Amino acid sequence: MLPLASRRPEPPAGADGARGAGALRSGRRARLGWIALLTVLLLLTVVASLAIGAEHVAFGRVLPGVFSPDPGSRDELIVHELRLPRTLLGVAVGAALGLAGAVMQALTRNPLAEPGLLGVNGGAALAVVVVIGTVRADDALVYVWAAFVGAAGAAALVYAIGARGRGGASPARLVLAGAAVNAVFSALTAGLMLLSPRSFNGFRFWQVGSLGGREMSILPRVLPFVLAGTVLALLLARPLNALAMGDEAGRALGSRPGRTRALGAVAVVVLCGSATAAAGPIAFLGLAVPFIVRTLAGPDQRLVLPYSLLLAPVLLLGADIVGRVVTPGELETGIVTAFLGAPLFAVMVRRGRTRDL
Amino acid sequence: MTQLHADDLTLAYERRVVAEDLSVEIPDESFTVIVGPNACGKSTLLRALARLLRPRDGTVYLDGAPISALPPKRLARRLGLLPQSPLTPEGITVADLVARGRYPHQGLLRQWSREDETAVADALAAVGVADLADRVVDELSGGQRQRVWLALVLAQETGVMLLDEPTTYLDIAHQIEVLDLCARLHEEGRTLVAVLHDLNHACRYATHLIAMRGGEVLAAGPPAEIVTADLVERVFGLPCRVVPCPETATPMVVPADRRRARALTADTL
Repeated sequence: MLPLASRRPEPPAGADGARGAGALRSGRRARLGWIALLTVLLLLTVVASLAIGAEHVAFGRVLPGVFSPDPGSRDELIVHELRLPRTLLGVAVGAALGLAGAVMQALTRNPLAEPGLLGVNGGAALAVVVVIGTVRADDALVYVWAAFVGAAGAAALVYAIGARGRGGASPARLVLAGAAVNAVFSALTAGLMLLSPRSFNGFRFWQVGSLGGREMSILPRVLPFVLAGTVLALLLARPLNALAMGDEAGRALGSRPGRTRALGAVAVVVLCGSATAAAGPIAFLGLAVPFIVRTLAGPDQRLVLPYSLLLAPVLLLGADIVGRVVTPGELETGIVTAFLGAPLFAVMVRRGRTRDL
Repeated sequence: MTQLHADDLTLAYERRVVAEDLSVEIPDESFTVIVGPNACGKSTLLRALARLLRPRDGTVYLDGAPISALPPKRLARRLGLLPQSPLTPEGITVADLVARGRYPHQGLLRQWSREDETAVADALAAVGVADLADRVVDELSGGQRQRVWLALVLAQETGVMLLDEPTTYLDIAHQIEVLDLCARLHEEGRTLVAVLHDLNHACRYATHLIAMRGGEVLAAGPPAEIVTADLVERVFGLPCRVVPCPETATPMVVPADRRRARALTADTL
């Protein structure tokens, strides 16, 4: 009975077996290398984000500016008061959106599923704007909860529309449903903001997605949620792997696709809601990052999720830095990511990565 | 009672009832093959045995316990299933795909272990794809791919393996290759249950045959004992002769030539 565990194959079969195992082992070494590389990249980007901006700051002022700003130094104050919070926000928002995109794509087995394209961020933004226009909350936490409700509602709506009729929720139908819903949401958001310009004064840039010009009280408010969503998402890596081979194969392996989907949806809503409440609806990051990561690391979610978590803030902060220097004013982060992300989206569709499209 | 058996199952999808009062026994350490016409409920039965379909009524037992009472992972350590058309994650390598068969043996606190390593290496070697370990699954031929999927189920290290039409979409040479492999896995001590379309393959490889029609078992037993022209006619509605296979002496079903019969009738008119 069950001789496999005990039946160590004799050579030459043994040589074959060792080779198979060797492939797995070398994979694990490469994995640590990538984590290290991405971490270094993230640190470098953080430093760049602290050092580069519309205002010139002497590089030597950056480190003191972060840890013990001299109230007399304008450079150090810029670093401490403006760039440090903005950078931290960028790390949190980027990580949240990259991870949310990776989870969404794994859940739907759809490489085009992305919180921006599918209207999740748009729904969160609309809910935030509705709350600002009606209740005038003082605590930023209210916006965060509104964003969760909006994100969840948008996700449910898009899925309900995309899954209707024969054939279910194919990649193309989900994206189309998302685009339609997203268009309605942004129109409503813009309309509401036009109705009472004064209450939305501080949110004009937020509407297109921006790390700058936001009240920093939002960061400590969203951070616990981003952390919780991150932990939940990372815990789902193995069940998502089991799901990737189809619901039947996944269940045959002892996973619970229904539970994985429900928890994954919670993680996506929490991550996207937090990110949108903090920085507005930023699109394409959740699309581009997991795509790049899968190209580098293959389809194993135990790699895709942590790599996305590290790479997304690099790209978001990169886009933010570009936005700071490319025009005299400052270009909003969300506009830069759209500029960089839209061509990639076109390339992905053309390359036939999504066979159903 | 055998290790795996089902009592009085009522199997149904949302509206359509596929089978009622269906009872089957899978003999221990057998290579059981389920045959029957399309939509006779054979795949549905297999899905119920694997708990992919919850019976509306009745119970499936594994080692004396209802499978619905087992935690999913514990069940998956004892009973494996190869679905009809599993999805291959894009860009996955052979070794990584087979490693996913270790899912039920792992948990939050029990990540990749030496046992996992051994099980995967042995499974790769057992189906003869160890030299393909680093290859991307999408690039393999249909037959190789099916062997890789079998390796995934093997790596699960279960005593019972359920296979839903493992030879569909393969050419004849690869069909035989996969079935030979299944026969070897059976000889090594596993219980195999497969749904097959080809009656002659079923007769040749099965130690136990279950013939279904319309959600009912019409006959069950060793192919040599139960396969007759009469049974094939009752199960498939196909007039035929059953002769011994010149290669294995197992029953071989040769469909009657209805064209000739028609031609003869036309002549006599």
